[in-house]
Amino acid sequence: MLNIVVCVKAVPDPKEACNIKIDPHTKTLLRCDVPLVINPLDKNAMEAALQLKENSDAHIAVLSMGPPEAGNIVKECLALGADQGFLLSDPAFGGADAYATALTLAKGIEKIGSYDLIFCGMASSDGSTEWVGPEIATFLNIPVVTMVKEIVESAGDRWKVKASLENGYRLMQVQLPAVFTVTRDLNTPRTLSFSGIIKARKKGITQWAVNDLGLPEEAVGLKGSPTIVSELSATETKRKVEMIAGTRDEKAALLVQKLADVGVI
Amino acid sequence: MENSQGAVWVLAEQIDCQILSVSFQLIGQARKLADALGAAVETVLLGDHIEEQARRLIAAGADNVYLGNGPELGLYQPEIYTEMIVRLARKRQPAIMLIGSTSMGRELAPLVAAGLQTGLTAHCIDLVIGERNVLEAKIPAYGGLLTIICPQKRPQMATVAQGIFPAPEPDETRTGEIIPLDVPVDMPGRIQTLEVVREATDAVPLESAPVIVAGGAGAGDPQGWRQIAELAQTLKAALGCTRPAVDEGWADLETMIGQSGKMVSPELYIGVGLSGEQQHMVGITDAQVMVAINNDAKSPVFEQVDYGIVDDCREFIPVFIKKIKEYYEKQVTC
Repeated sequence: MLNIVVCVKAVPDPKEACNIKIDPHTKTLLRCDVPLVINPLDKNAMEAALQLKENSDAHIAVLSMGPPEAGNIVKECLALGADQGFLLSDPAFGGADAYATALTLAKGIEKIGSYDLIFCGMASSDGSTEWVGPEIATFLNIPVVTMVKEIVESAGDRWKVKASLENGYRLMQVQLPAVFTVTRDLNTPRTLSFSGIIKARKKGITQWAVNDLGLPEEAVGLKGSPTIVSELSATETKRKVEMIAGTRDEKAALLVQKLADVGVI
Repeated sequence: MENSQGAVWVLAEQIDCQILSVSFQLIGQARKLADALGAAVETVLLGDHIEEQARRLIAAGADNVYLGNGPELGLYQPEIYTEMIVRLARKRQPAIMLIGSTSMGRELAPLVAAGLQTGLTAHCIDLVIGERNVLEAKIPAYGGLLTIICPQKRPQMATVAQGIFPAPEPDETRTGEIIPLDVPVDMPGRIQTLEVVREATDAVPLESAPVIVAGGAGAGDPQGWRQIAELAQTLKAALGCTRPAVDEGWADLETMIGQSGKMVSPELYIGVGLSGEQQHMVGITDAQVMVAINNDAKSPVFEQVDYGIVDDCREFIPVFIKKIKEYYEKQVTC
């Protein structure tokens, strides 16, 4: 039996993320009710686990850290075919940087118990760090391969995977248990099925707070984060835009003319 | 404690015994930070047959080079690289550690940071020394800039993409010490890089392209994306993208422009169906002319370009391509 843990993150919908702005006066974030969705690359992580489960005897636990609303994305993963869902949710977890997040998730994984493989998306669309997967691996003292784009050999406990790098790949041999962070080249995530949604209704989500993980409050959230945001500042733009108006034809012709005049086409 | 100022480190990276340009660029910036602190610049270089290369790091501004040299270090090996750097950093206590945002750097940096129980800032676009000698790392977010600091833990770590900082002029008269490192023999051997394969590509490289067309979520679907690709082809431009286009599966991560992707400086940049998010826009530096095509007149992208067109890119692009072709034909016949 292959025990898989998939780590997923609820992020502001990337399609609407541009609506989150810094108020230049108060220097605080204006969130404008952007809905939370599953981080796009975490769908590939989930798909990787589901494909392994199709081809072998595997058990999939989904793990997320976030506000109670993040339970929705855990539910989504249960509907996709995960066996168990876990949500680490506690006000004390708020403001965590990648280090504190990884430490908290690693404790969650230890509490889940058996794990052979941990899948994470290679990056999150909001924070855009890629540190959580490798840092989880460090805290669990197991190896990690980042940017996995193909699983070449998955027999026994020594696997071979290809990981993306600039204009090519590296072929890695890695002993399980291990963490893989995945790219979208690895697979095409499936969509939710109606029967999956029905089945998922029976699956509950286990929720753990900081006390359940046996971590002191100083180790998690903002307090446990080595890095902090010390300042938010609005940026000024140096360009002054000229809007080109007219019919579609006129706009296209005028733009070509302008670009030709300045000699860039 | 005045004399205990830790050094500014750069983890240099080599591929086939050639040091990457981002490593030199980081040494240039490390020199500035170190001078502000009154500290030394030290680099760590791991590889096989790379003694010759160590001198180039000194010429670029390093005071010391910790050199790990051996056949087991020729390719990036996560286990042994992490162990050597963590051991050395525990002993030498650097104040700052900088790493290029390459595929190696993006894996090695968090392994080292977690190993040293310290913080790591991702893909900075500027690094300065602030109050109380704390490193301030700037990253774009939410239409502005965030300053990230790591006030308590050391070293203060950051990754930086290639092209953010200029390469320093090498000074061959500079002197420095090359300090050999022992290669540990007691590794558990749980992970090995067996092979590194680099594929030749015929695409116009973004970093050196004079014209760049970049597409975003506004492409709508693969058909819309193909139109943007056709626009790029018509202009003999390199095709770039934003993160949503990568997430949608239309474009490769390799072609993503911005803070966690490529830095570009074309003569002409045309952004199609993208909203002007900072993470993308900071990747375009010193473009001569910038154009945006977006169906939302209120899109923040229009505050960041020279020419703006409000239109549905899926309708506009085919017309635009036609007009460009007509212009080219006229050029030939005149």
